[in-house]
Amino acid sequence: MKPVNEMKMIFESRSCNESFARSAVAAFIAVLDPNIEEISDIKTAVSEAVTNCIVHGYKDDIGKVYIHAKIFEGARVWINIRDRGCGIADVKKAMEPLYTTCETGERAGLGFSIMESFMDKMKVRSNPGKGTSVTLEKSIVSKGK
Amino acid sequence: MPVDIDIDEKSVTAYISGEIDHHNAGALRAKIDEAVEMSYPEVLIMDFGAVTFMDSSGIGLVMGRYKLMRDLCGRIIIENAPRSIKKVMRMAGIEKLLSAENKKEGSFV
Repeated sequence: MKPVNEMKMIFESRSCNESFARSAVAAFIAVLDPNIEEISDIKTAVSEAVTNCIVHGYKDDIGKVYIHAKIFEGARVWINIRDRGCGIADVKKAMEPLYTTCETGERAGLGFSIMESFMDKMKVRSNPGKGTSVTLEKSIVSKGK
Repeated sequence: MPVDIDIDEKSVTAYISGEIDHHNAGALRAKIDEAVEMSYPEVLIMDFGAVTFMDSSGIGLVMGRYKLMRDLCGRIIIENAPRSIKKVMRMAGIEKLLSAENKKEGSFV
């Protein structure tokens, strides 16, 4: 199916770009007239995925984060966020609530749980040494209500 | 730094504003911990009234402060969390730290 609109962005995996990335996606979907909750859900999910690229995918290195977003007929939003970082050896394990590789105790391990529950669909593909790709989908149903 | 801190005899209140994500959680953490470690309060009140966005980094921030206060035999209360932020907190099961819930149960965590 052909999207009605599409955008791609590439940015460096610097944490200061987290806010920029979620705001850019929110601006892209604004044409669908989402309500506050839908915007917040999407911004939160995008922020989780982008943070994963920065914190896990590239760790202390700076690499590129790729976001590809599409809008389909029927106000369906499709967002792919990927990196070319270290990848995830065990995706199933990584998706368990509260699982985290962070040792400081300051990361909750809820990124995938939030993406999954705030969006209609989430798909994760990862190859160790090659990177991780997260695809998120959500239909905007509110029309601003 | 988007956090104002009030310290009185028994409590530290952190009025957080703006966005809480991985990028700025570290600075918030440092500022709040500095106030707590300086005054050893009985209660740490985290006020989310002016927070406009929060992802799971905010959960990490709350959980880390919860542990810190527990180590000091104190407690933590979350005030004025907007709806979208409560939704993220619910994912982590930390809504029991919200002030409304605290009062309802008549006891503190």
